[in-house]
This record gives sequence, structure tokens and C-alpha cells, in this order.
Amino acid sequence: MRALRFLMQKEFRQMFRDKGFTGRLFIAPAIQLILLPMAANYTIKNINIAIVDHDHSTVSQQLSNKILSSGYFKLADYTDFNSKAGALIENDKADLVLEFPSGFEKNMIRENNQKIAIQVNAINGVKASIGFGYLSGIIADYNNNLRLQWIQPGRTNTMPTIDVVSSYWYNPSLTYYIYMVPAILVSLITGIAGLSAAFNIVKEKEMGTIEQINVTPIKKYEFILGKLIPFLAVGTVVFSFGLLFSWVIYGIKPLGNIAVLYLFMYVFLFAILGFGLLISTYSQTQQQANSIMFLFMMVFNMMSGLYTPIDSMPGWAQVITHLFPISYFIDVMRMVVIKGSGIHDIRMHILFVFLIGLVLNTWAVLNYRKTT
Amino acid sequence: MNAITLNNITKTYNKGTVLAVDDVSLTVEKGEIFGLIGPDGAGKSTIFRLLTTLLLPDKGTATVGGLDVVKDFKAIRGIVGYMPGKFSLYQDLTVEENLDFFATVFKTTIEENYHLIKDIYVQIEPFKDRRAGKLSGGMKQKLALCCALIHKPEVLFLDEPTTGVDVVSRREFWEMLKRLKQQGITIMVSTSYMDEATMCDRIGLILNGKVLSVASPEATIKAYPEQLYGVKANSIYHLLLDLRKYEGTINCYTFGEYLHLSITTNEEQVRKYLQEKGHTDVEFKAIEPTVEDCFIRLLKHEDEQGNSNKDK
Repeated sequence: MRALRFLMQKEFRQMFRDKGFTGRLFIAPAIQLILLPMAANYTIKNINIAIVDHDHSTVSQQLSNKILSSGYFKLADYTDFNSKAGALIENDKADLVLEFPSGFEKNMIRENNQKIAIQVNAINGVKASIGFGYLSGIIADYNNNLRLQWIQPGRTNTMPTIDVVSSYWYNPSLTYYIYMVPAILVSLITGIAGLSAAFNIVKEKEMGTIEQINVTPIKKYEFILGKLIPFLAVGTVVFSFGLLFSWVIYGIKPLGNIAVLYLFMYVFLFAILGFGLLISTYSQTQQQANSIMFLFMMVFNMMSGLYTPIDSMPGWAQVITHLFPISYFIDVMRMVVIKGSGIHDIRMHILFVFLIGLVLNTWAVLNYRKTT
Repeated sequence: MNAITLNNITKTYNKGTVLAVDDVSLTVEKGEIFGLIGPDGAGKSTIFRLLTTLLLPDKGTATVGGLDVVKDFKAIRGIVGYMPGKFSLYQDLTVEENLDFFATVFKTTIEENYHLIKDIYVQIEPFKDRRAGKLSGGMKQKLALCCALIHKPEVLFLDEPTTGVDVVSRREFWEMLKRLKQQGITIMVSTSYMDEATMCDRIGLILNGKVLSVASPEATIKAYPEQLYGVKANSIYHLLLDLRKYEGTINCYTFGEYLHLSITTNEEQVRKYLQEKGHTDVEFKAIEPTVEDCFIRLLKHEDEQGNSNKDK
């Protein structure tokens, strides 16, 4: 045990001597927590719209004004020619083209029915579908207003309509950062605590210091614990800092019990440190470890439900995501922070991540023995 | 009791395709400085790593301090000091922190064994707050030696401790080893510098994983079977070519400004031959062989055997 204490002392000494370390510990998370939620935002504004108006009527004018004054759209061009609008899409100057056919107003009044065309530039899928959604919403709204104006009050309503009133639970205004910030924090902890541990062990291999350690009476478990415990501490610091930071900047206060969050974080770190340890047993140099990590981090980030909901992935992909401890943690963060879930609600998450951690750590320790 | 014994030790790498140590048997007595002399890739480091329990032998047994390297590896780690060929201390820790760290992992303190490292440590003490990575080559070696000594090992393994160290530091280093020997520490040291061989009590010449001869440096030199001559002439290059063509030549190679020559005939006949070939300013003298000469002879012998084996 005495040896373990000195191993940890050595580890902390080396950490704080590393000039970039404090930066990685505090500055990088701060920047990511500020930049990512603000920049990577699904509330899309500045959608470029081109309006082709063959009608030049009051209705087409009113509808155009309503669209442009919504704040989501920027007018790319207002024209009479389809070909011109097509060119705008080709040159990526317009994301949407709205076309009023000639006789639009006349037909609408006379026949009570009219069509307008919307063309969408689907190069950027997210922008296209969201922009289309906004536009449809505005047109539907305008449509309702028209109906109110034209249908004489007092007469019985000939057309029954279903009026939809929606409310978003847990995040009433559907604010983007409320569900992004907790998830980004997970990605940060994975990178800083979990993966640094792998690099740290590989560094000992690369520098040859592990040879020197191996000829001492230090036991294998002491060496591994001497590596993992300092990174548990680092994880705790980053996590606390991140929670504090999201409270100060975004006003996000976990609704649920903070102790539950910390409990899950330790279970998660157990798993992710095991993953780091496993990588370190397979790599000889930091370069190798880095390339393996890069591959996994990409997949982790894309598939963990950080940016896109896991439920919308194909079945096989959903199975894969359930093997990543990160997707569980993101889920737990959102549940506890936004919804206020308790330990009972996340018991299966705890169990699964613990099992994943157990497998990873056992695998790593077995492989570690074999190679030395 | 022998400090180190190896009995028919064989070690291969890459699933048996690379033979690193080939059926090596030798013993090192207690309190002896034993030198493993051989070129790069001869298998020196592998022997060290086997004896320091970092590798398991494929075949054979070995003991260090009477303990088996496979069964008692834990006990061995407590009694050996190992200084790998590559500097492998923590570069981001200071001199003092490194020493302190290795003292504590061996459950001792710097003060307890200070007498052992005192001579060496005073030289690096002025830099004790400097990070190990920022030390010069010689300083690093001294620090590494201190760290290997701090737990008062019975057996010290030094793998090429003087590679990349200047001549003065090298001499100092060997002086230190002699003092450690007086403290009763057995030292096994490897080097590819032949001139350092004479500093050892006994040397083992190692080549391609085989130990070719084990004896004291004097005995190794005495065992050289032929008289060795140093030859010099106007055109040293043509002299070498001509002497290699000469039928009485056993072996001829450049050695500093002279050619070293061993022959089956005598001096007179060689001189006559060289005169016929038109060499002028011929200098011809009998010389005492060095360890390097012994090594070159063994090398050639080994080569010829290898070739004749292939011919079969």
C-alpha cells in the first residue's frame, strides 16, 4: 500500500509538471462548453429563400412578407423566372425556392383550393428539412388566418378541424443547450480522464520506464491502481468543474440528485478507464494509441446519441451503441439533469455500464499479463 | 556460491523464428565483475532481460543469487539492480525525485544506503533539482546507476552503461564499478567496446546468441593460438589486398594504422613476398593480441564454421 501511495504521488507530480495539463483540465472544457452548444445549434436561422412570384397578387405579397418577417429566412431573390431560381439553388445561394403559380389568388378565391411549389436544396440535409418545416408551418398558419377571414362568423363551421396544442415536457422552450451541455460534458470526461490514462501508460512503455518498474517489487495491481486512481481524481475535478460551469453560464442546475450523477460518473470512469487500459496493452507507442483512440472517439461521438438520437438509428446501429458506455452516460445525464430521474430510474444503466467495465478491465488485465 | 548461473538457456523471439540466445551456459562468481562482450544484436540485452525476470527463457534454467529466475522472480526483483541500455528513468521528475521514488518502491530510503551511492551521487548532487531529461549523457548514466544501487542490490546488471558516454566519463564509470565490487556487489556488465573488456575480472565473448569463450581477459588473450604481427607499408590498401592473397595468411585485417596479421609461415617469407609485390617502407613487428583480436579470430572461425555447415 505504501508503494501505491508513492506511485500516486509520482503520478500527480508528473501531471502538474506537464505544462499543457492544467490547460487541458480547465481551459479546454470551458472552451468546448461555451463554443459547442452555441455554435452547434439546430435552431437554424438565415435560411436563404428565393421567391418566384408569377402572380403578383395581395395574397402572394402577404405570404411572402409573413415568411420573411419570421426571422428564419433571408431573401435570396424575388423573381418572375423559374430558371433564375433554379440557378440560385445550383450556385448554393438559395436553400429553398417558393413558387406562386400565376392566378394564385384568383384560383384560391374561386375554387377554394390552390397549390404552391416548394423546392428544397438538400445538399445540407438538416438545413433543408428544418427550413422546409418552418416554411410549412408559416404557410399553414397563414392558411388558417385566411380561413378565419373568409368564413363568415355565425355560420356553423362546415369543416371540422383538429387544433393541435403542443407542449414540450422537461424543456418547455426546447432550448438546445439544455440537452446538449450535459451530453458534451460526457464527451469531455471521456477524452480527458479516460483516454489520458491510456496515453499515460503507453508513455511509460515508450520511454522504457515500465522496464525499470517491472524489475522492482511493485505489484502489477499496485501499478495499475497507481495509474487509475489519479485519473479518477482528474475525472471528478473535470466533472465538477463542468457542472459548475454549465450552471454559471447556462443556468443548468441538475433537477435530480447530484450524488446520483457522481455515482454514475464513477461507474462510467471504471468502464472508460478499463477501455483506456485495454488500448494501452495493445499499443507500443503513443502514436499507435492515438490512432486507435481517434478511430474510437469518432465513432463514440457520432453514435452515442450526442448529436443524433439513437432511436432514429437502424436496428444494428442501436445494438452497437448499447455497447458504448458513453451512450449510457449521455442518457443518464439528460435524465438526471433535465428530468430529475433518481437512482431507481437509472439502475439498468448502472448495471450495464458496470458489466461493460468489468469485461473491459478483465480483458485488459489478462492481456497485460500476457505481454509482460 | 555462484551469484549467477545459466544452464543451457535458449530464447527465441517471434514464435521461434528469431534465435536470440542459443544454448548459453555460464556462471558468475560472487563479487566478480563479469563482462559480456559482443557486437550489437549478439544477444547481450536478452540475457540481461532473462536474468532480471523481464523475459521467460524457452529452454534451460538460470539462477540469480541462488534464486530461480522463473519460480522466484519476485524475490529476485528485490535483490537485483538493473540499468537498461536505454535511459529509462522519469525524464519529467528531478534527479532527487527519481532517486527518492526508486528508494521508496524498494521500501528503503536514500539515507539508509547513501554510503553506496555517495561517490557517484556527489557528482550529480549540484543538479539534484534538475529534471532527469535535461541532464547530459554522462550525468544520466550516473543517476541511473544511483537508482539501480539505492536498494543495495546483491547483483547489479548494467546493460551497455557506457554507450554514448565520453572517454573521461567512461573511465570514471569503471572506477566506480571497481569500488562497488569492493562492497561485495556482483556486477554483470555488457559492452560493445573491446577496450573495456580488460577492466572486467572475467569476460564472455558473445556472438549470434552463442557464448564463444569465457575466461579472464588475460587468459583470453593468452589463448590466442598464433603469433600476431603488426604490419605497415607505403600503401596500406594494397598491402591488405596482397596479404589476403598470400597463401600463408590465416587472418589479416586493419587495426588502427597497422594491419594485424597471423600466419602459418614466418616473418622472412612474408617480407620476401612483400618485396616481390613491390611494397616499400615495410614495417613488421610481433605484437601482443588484444581482446578485440581474440574476438575477430572467433568471429572468423564462426563464419567459416557457418559456411562449412551450409556446404554440408
